[in-house]
Amino acid sequence: MGDAVVDLQEVGYVVAGVTVLTSITLQLEPGEVLGVAGPNGAGKTTLLSVVATLLAPTTGSGTVLGATLGTPGAKAVRPRIGLSGHDPGLYADLTLSENIRLWARLAGVPESAADDTLARVGLAGAADRRAERCSNGMQRRVDLARLLMLEPSLLLLDEAQAGLDNSSEPIIDALIDRCRATGGGAILVSHDASRLATRTDRVETLVDGALGR
Amino acid sequence: MNFWSQALVIARRDLRIEARAGEVTGVILPFAAIAVFVVPLATDTLTVRLADLGWPVYWLVSLLFGMSVALRNSATESPTQRRHLLLLGVDPVARFAGRAGAAAVLMIAVMSVTAPLMVLFYDPDGLPPIALWAGVVVLFSTGLAMLATLAGDVTVGLRARSMLAPLLVAPLAVPLVVGSARAVESVGRGTSTLGPLMLLVIADLGLAISAIVTAQPLEEATT
Repeated sequence: MGDAVVDLQEVGYVVAGVTVLTSITLQLEPGEVLGVAGPNGAGKTTLLSVVATLLAPTTGSGTVLGATLGTPGAKAVRPRIGLSGHDPGLYADLTLSENIRLWARLAGVPESAADDTLARVGLAGAADRRAERCSNGMQRRVDLARLLMLEPSLLLLDEAQAGLDNSSEPIIDALIDRCRATGGGAILVSHDASRLATRTDRVETLVDGALGR
Repeated sequence: MNFWSQALVIARRDLRIEARAGEVTGVILPFAAIAVFVVPLATDTLTVRLADLGWPVYWLVSLLFGMSVALRNSATESPTQRRHLLLLGVDPVARFAGRAGAAAVLMIAVMSVTAPLMVLFYDPDGLPPIALWAGVVVLFSTGLAMLATLAGDVTVGLRARSMLAPLLVAPLAVPLVVGSARAVESVGRGTSTLGPLMLLVIADLGLAISAIVTAQPLEEATT
């Protein structure tokens, strides 16, 4: 499994004495899209944070994009990871265009690409509107535009469809298709397994921090 | 993208947010200006000369409202926004430098408005040369901005943050207040400014080193 995009072996995560993840073993092969379903509080968001290298496992071991979790090397692969969660993370006082241009500058992407991606998600007309004056759905689309622009090798979507209408479905499909085509991978998590089934190659179930099909 | 470019982008972000929100220019600055005039009302002006109160009032107002500026600035990032920056590979020290830099710029703006008001109202003895005053204000603002940004980072996610952060900053800002006050007053007293200025420089360097050492672990711990 040395070439797996994600390879977790018996990974556990404990915080403040509370066990959030228990002995998670999973692999994500190049081009694969994995779904993780589970109820609220099952540990789905924590699992994504571990895979995103933002949290170091307290037990077990793993690699993400070839880097070992919990080591300084894991930080080097962060720019290749795209994470989208419940909160789009936009700066309320900045316009949609300023938000995406800020990410573009920090990522070293030309600002013209930022404007193009905003147009791709259908928000060119709202580019100069402050984020605080946009609906949650529009803000989520800007977050997806960020991922389109950054072209991550590993895509992590936490309840990707929440707050989005049907017109946003092709954006998520485009993100996933790109990951498949480039030999990367994607992990989608949701409390609703039926939503995951259509987009993923397989679905795992996470309950009380433990995986089980 | 190199360290300073990242810091500049972060600083510009914070200044742009302030330009839109207008909290410093619309709220903190007017109240700081009012505070300059209000403090003498708490004294017996028959026995205390206004000229003697000028500089102490100035540094007190600068400390209190400077803390507000920097702590407000450090509260502008949500956990998701911090995660975005980490995943973009932004150096935590560059992020710190950018936020502290923006806060320092805003503090200098506030202090530049309150200084002439203080001079007009109190007419203090022995005004320092503009260059010395400007240098002291830059050193004071930079130090206080770093200190408050550090305190903001240490208290991220704590329920008592709004109370705890100023309590951390105020006592640790004593070297900055002492150094600034002595440097400016040394002109009237005819003493050397070197000692107070060195105190300010050493305090700023100490805070910069603290930030460099703690930025990475603090960022990881609060993400």
